[in-house]
Amino acid sequence: MTAPILETRNATKRFSKSLDFAARLARRMGANVSEETVHAVDGVDLAILPGEVVGLVGESGCGKSTLGRMVAGILPPTEGSIVFEGADIAAMDAKAARKAALEIQMIFQDPFASLNPRMRVDQIIGEAPLFHGIVSRTDLSDYVDDIMRRTGLDPSLKRRYPHQFSGGQRQRIGIARALAVKPRFLVCDEAIAALDVSIQAQVINLFVDLREELDLTYLFISHDLSVVEHISDRVVIMYLGRVVESAPIADIFDAPNHPYTVALLNEAPRLDQRRRAFEPVKGEIPSPLDPPPGCHFHPRCPHAHARCSSERPALREIAPGRMSACHLNDE
Amino acid sequence: MTATLSVTGLHTHFFTRAGVVKAVDGVDFQIAPGEVMGLVGESGSGKSITGFSIMGLIDDPGRIVSGSIRLKGEELVGASDEAMRAIRGNRIAMIFQDPMMTLNPVLRIDTQMVEAIRAHERVPKRDALARARDALGMVGIPAPEERLRAYPHQLSGGMRQRVAIAIAFLNEPDLIIADEPTTALDVTIQSQIIHEAQSLCKRTGTALVWITHDLAVVAGIADRIAVMYAGRIVEAGGIDAVIDTPLHPYTVGLLGSVPTSNRRGERLTQIPGMPPNVLNLPEGCAFRERCPRAAAACHAQPPIAEPRAGQVVRCFHPHGQEASR
Amino acid sequence: MTDGTLPIPKAQSPFRRFASEFFESWIARVALFTLLAIIVLALAAPWITPQDPYDLAQVDVLDGRLSPGSEAFAGYTMWLGSDGAGRDLYSAILYGLRISLAVGVASGVIALIIGSLIGLFAAYAGGRIETIIMRLVDLQLSFPAALTALILVAILGKGIDKIIIALVLVQWAYYARTVRGSALVERRKEYIEAATCLGLSHGRIVMRHIMPNCLAPLIVVGTVQTAHAIALEATLSFLGVGLPQTEPSLGVLIANGYEYMLSGRYWISVFPGLALLLTIVSINLVGDRLRDVLNPRLSK
Repeated sequence: MTAPILETRNATKRFSKSLDFAARLARRMGANVSEETVHAVDGVDLAILPGEVVGLVGESGCGKSTLGRMVAGILPPTEGSIVFEGADIAAMDAKAARKAALEIQMIFQDPFASLNPRMRVDQIIGEAPLFHGIVSRTDLSDYVDDIMRRTGLDPSLKRRYPHQFSGGQRQRIGIARALAVKPRFLVCDEAIAALDVSIQAQVINLFVDLREELDLTYLFISHDLSVVEHISDRVVIMYLGRVVESAPIADIFDAPNHPYTVALLNEAPRLDQRRRAFEPVKGEIPSPLDPPPGCHFHPRCPHAHARCSSERPALREIAPGRMSACHLNDE
Repeated sequence: MTATLSVTGLHTHFFTRAGVVKAVDGVDFQIAPGEVMGLVGESGSGKSITGFSIMGLIDDPGRIVSGSIRLKGEELVGASDEAMRAIRGNRIAMIFQDPMMTLNPVLRIDTQMVEAIRAHERVPKRDALARARDALGMVGIPAPEERLRAYPHQLSGGMRQRVAIAIAFLNEPDLIIADEPTTALDVTIQSQIIHEAQSLCKRTGTALVWITHDLAVVAGIADRIAVMYAGRIVEAGGIDAVIDTPLHPYTVGLLGSVPTSNRRGERLTQIPGMPPNVLNLPEGCAFRERCPRAAAACHAQPPIAEPRAGQVVRCFHPHGQEASR
Repeated sequence: MTDGTLPIPKAQSPFRRFASEFFESWIARVALFTLLAIIVLALAAPWITPQDPYDLAQVDVLDGRLSPGSEAFAGYTMWLGSDGAGRDLYSAILYGLRISLAVGVASGVIALIIGSLIGLFAAYAGGRIETIIMRLVDLQLSFPAALTALILVAILGKGIDKIIIALVLVQWAYYARTVRGSALVERRKEYIEAATCLGLSHGRIVMRHIMPNCLAPLIVVGTVQTAHAIALEATLSFLGVGLPQTEPSLGVLIANGYEYMLSGRYWISVFPGLALLLTIVSINLVGDRLRDVLNPRLSK
């Protein structure tokens, strides 16, 4: 078996809002204020093989974007570690850490906020490779042209500013910027969610092509199950900071195991399901500030029993290559 | 049965510094009581402006240039501001993508709902309050008594959108226009809201125009669908007919762009190019430059044709017509 | 599989777009023209004035307090009259403008550089450092600027350099607060995350990515603060703690004429006062227009 290119081991991120002076004063005087801690990501173990496309799915507040940012090195984990090619990034020396950081790049959701509005396209794409000495100043122009062509952009537009491009083109510029430092691993955080349907298809196809041309590995974060189903080899489902199920694409869509996965699959709108009458899963997504005890999903779960509200179910292998965190699998 | 809403030849243009934006350029459709129509299009297709035109909410520099909008036979184009105010919120209601467009952040939910009822009807406060409570219950809000006393910021996004929907249904309007009402919501919450909106329409006979970019959502809620491109409806018909046997090359392309389970891992059939600049639309069919079937004839504006009963299309070379060509 | 190119009118730079929008308002056009005219007149003063008011050999006390239009001893006409020391007011105003503008711009630019560096540093460092710096800013801003400047000048003494130091000390906090505010907003945007992800150095991220995107509000505050600095300098000079009598700025001229106001010799105070008013109003109008054009929330 090949070794994973990237692992997260017990990756945990807590955001705490520490009290400012006024709040501390108020508490001393008897007000009911306390420090708030959000468990955005709560002990996630993930292993991604080279060349694999892993879809990370979940609703708002499930921690998928935070996990993606930890993998991309933008946020440091509170606990646990991010392991790239067998080595913990946090324990590397500066040079190795920088190399690892460049090998993992991120594609962002918002094609408007993710490009510096004061820089021209060639500066946006060329800045990092020049800074890191990946390309010399004399070769920079050709290098940028080549990457622009690869991502379906016309190099003659490289002297323009981001605001002169459409959403789809801007997203290509963002992809080109990431590819310019020769990464091997891309974290795509809702990378197509802000685009029009016909443009989404163009960008999905670009991702598929680039994967083959450049041997890329993707962590593809999305709330859209049909997109994930289309592009991924394996899907990881998160709910309120934890992984609830992980399985190869065919298994999860044909026979989902976790009740939350079942609900998600039932309720995702699909072209072939018209005017259906069904009973949607009840209730709201709880606040990550105050998640329910035991299994986070139990208040909404149609199969919940006593044990679910007291004991956190472990993520266990239920079949080769399939993991699920549900007490129902024990019975 | 007469149509609840009948729009004919609607043109809404914006006279901007850079030129005239023909945001809506010849839109016709009808919608029957209790019917749900999905109005689908990409950004800049004019779907939202169509909704705002019906609501009479077009501000400068925009103007309804020509056309007619009839609500149960009554002409709305050119109606006085006063007349439109009496109609809005009473006979036509609107649901926005952001529920805070409807909700006032500094007023309690009960105050806002009672106000919405009493703006159009003389009812005692107690009765209005009871009606507000019932409305919240109808959109699936648990413990409506408690929610009535809450401020909007105390509710989650999904809950706020439900309150906005309850307010829209409060006066049992003839028509509701919903502009991307579930786009900002999570999948499980979206499906709850679609489910409730659908059953409310059937129960009250309210017609619903559901404006969205998401074909899959429309498939789940609508009886009929109209596809807009560059200010015009290019195809309209029953939901099954349009999705299973689309006629217009744009609809075909759009459906091909949506990943579905039976084509897992394959390349998606993409529409080349980008939507045209609304300031500078090409002559004739606006889709011609991206269309694989375009020919010389497409430099003229294609007329509306009805090659199949109940399914209209604006195209010289529609799909499914190969045999007759 | 390339996208078709967007039908864009021209490869218009952000600056061009900004300029064309700026000149749409006639008030802005008039204000900018007035301001440029004032600057040109001030710069050209030695060549277009009949008298060098700083050269005591050219100033004749016998010419004192002449009314507008009188003829000076040296033979030229004093169109705006003369002050108590016999200075031609037209010449004195233009020379005074030079000093006022120089003091305003110099203190504005220095305060802008120092203030924005401090503000950027606070925003990027965060945590305790940010808290300390920003409390200092709050403290500074809670004192009336004129009072602080008055105290500083009283300690430092007279002279252009001292005035500039005092004005910088009074004004840096405005810039620091402005820059920190917009830097905090920019810092959360995805392009900064992207720059972090690309392994760029902190200095580069701050100076190349955050700083240029904070410029818009900074320019607006800069113009308004320059006008403020000119007014402050005039105030200090009027109170007699600013610039020396031998090199009269507008404030000194106004102060000199003040004692003659009641005796009907209005021109000694009023003309320098009008010049000051025109300068400050035109700068503020230009600043207002800049704010309208640069504010993304107001643009369509």
